[in-house]
Amino acid sequence: MIGFVLFFAWLGFGADVLWAIEGEHAFPWLGVILTTVAILWVRHAYKTGPEKVLWATGAHEVIDAQTDGERQLVNVVEEMAIAAGVLRPRIWVVPDDDPNAFSTGHGPSDAHIAVTRGLLRICNRDELQGVIGHELGHVRNFDVRLMTTLAALVGAVLLVRDGMGRMMRGGVPLKGGRKSKDGGPLIAALLVLWILSWIIAPVVTQLLAFAVSRRREYLADAMSAQFTRNPLALASALEKIEGAAEPTRSIKRGTAHLCIADPLGRRFTNREGLLADTLATHPPMSMRISRLKGMGYAQLKQEGGLAV
Amino acid sequence: MWLLLVVVVIAGLWIVGAYNGLISLKNQTINAFKQIDVQLKRRHDLIPNLVNAVKGAMNFERSTLEAVIQARNQAVKVNASGPEAMKQISQAENALSGALSRLLAVVERYPDLKATGNIAQLQEELTSTENRIAFARQLYNDTATQYTTKQQQFPTTLVAGMAHAAPAELWEIEDQAERAVPQVDLSGR
Repeated sequence: MIGFVLFFAWLGFGADVLWAIEGEHAFPWLGVILTTVAILWVRHAYKTGPEKVLWATGAHEVIDAQTDGERQLVNVVEEMAIAAGVLRPRIWVVPDDDPNAFSTGHGPSDAHIAVTRGLLRICNRDELQGVIGHELGHVRNFDVRLMTTLAALVGAVLLVRDGMGRMMRGGVPLKGGRKSKDGGPLIAALLVLWILSWIIAPVVTQLLAFAVSRRREYLADAMSAQFTRNPLALASALEKIEGAAEPTRSIKRGTAHLCIADPLGRRFTNREGLLADTLATHPPMSMRISRLKGMGYAQLKQEGGLAV
Repeated sequence: MWLLLVVVVIAGLWIVGAYNGLISLKNQTINAFKQIDVQLKRRHDLIPNLVNAVKGAMNFERSTLEAVIQARNQAVKVNASGPEAMKQISQAENALSGALSRLLAVVERYPDLKATGNIAQLQEELTSTENRIAFARQLYNDTATQYTTKQQQFPTTLVAGMAHAAPAELWEIEDQAERAVPQVDLSGR
């Protein structure tokens, strides 16, 4: 979050410096304004993030469970909240037939868990438990807070970039031909760097979201196994979700890193390597499944179950 | 002189941190234990309703239902305190768990029965209730183990006496029958 504010300050004050070189420019108001905007934006994103994410996916809250599936979902979430030692989160269902799940909120005392209709259909009770355990792992680690705010910011940066780009093209024409006397190459280098950072701003924010997400997925998988004591159920749920790898239509790009499985169905999520390492929101499914199975077999061995 | 002061301050800060850590774990352990009580209470309240709801459909399994009711009443009656409390509570509750799992097994045996809406709901509620208790116990045991480990490890053990820390009792399966591997008969009924 601090990085985000600093980045905006850099963009704003950079513009001021350039302006000062072009002509008379005493007070760096552009930098001050942009920094203030960034701070307000982070605050706003932090506060309204969960609402926005849920709204964007079209989820509806389960208040009074009607169907058997919903009743089971409520029960499972309440059970897992006991196992995790957190308050019962609010429960939402996304009307989408592709299996997926995500969580959002500010932490254990204010959490939301959403699952798609498709997940309720294909998972049995144990598998659902594993998935909910994974989401509650995110909740207990405060991953939800960071990732939800990031989701709101990714959207915001894209918007600002587009808006400013339009203003720059149409609005202030640059006065050409005026050469500054001192430090030409340095300023040219700064200018290039500054323009570059404008272009890559959204990319950087997105990469940040990806990097945070990938590391945390393994941790949440492990916490799910700790809560349910049944890592094989989550492994089989992940296999099912993987099998139905159609893109989840109601989950957009900006919130992809919140989900249990990459909702965009991107291919490189399943590969290892440099490209996948920088671009995927989730670790390769096969890696996650094999780690969970490793935990499961270790557990069986300890209990003497494999000796039969 | 200065060095001594620095050492004393650092030691003081460490004692405060270790002490507070132990107290926090102690309270978490107590809270986790109360959570088990909450879930047991919930189960006691739920059982009469559930049994009433399926009485009609399960007239032929009257003895199983009665065993559940009896075990439930037994468990409600246990109101012990002191060092023996945990043992008594867990004995009564384990008996109730046994009766409930027999009821679930009976329901499994009659596919026609499962088709009835009431019974499917009963099954879900029973599974959930048993899970809640199991997870509450799991959380308690995890927290208690953490607490016990912390107070016995060096150097935290030095402040354990100050925090009045004592090893927490774990919730164990008392019933030998429950520990045994269940026999599964696949030869057909």
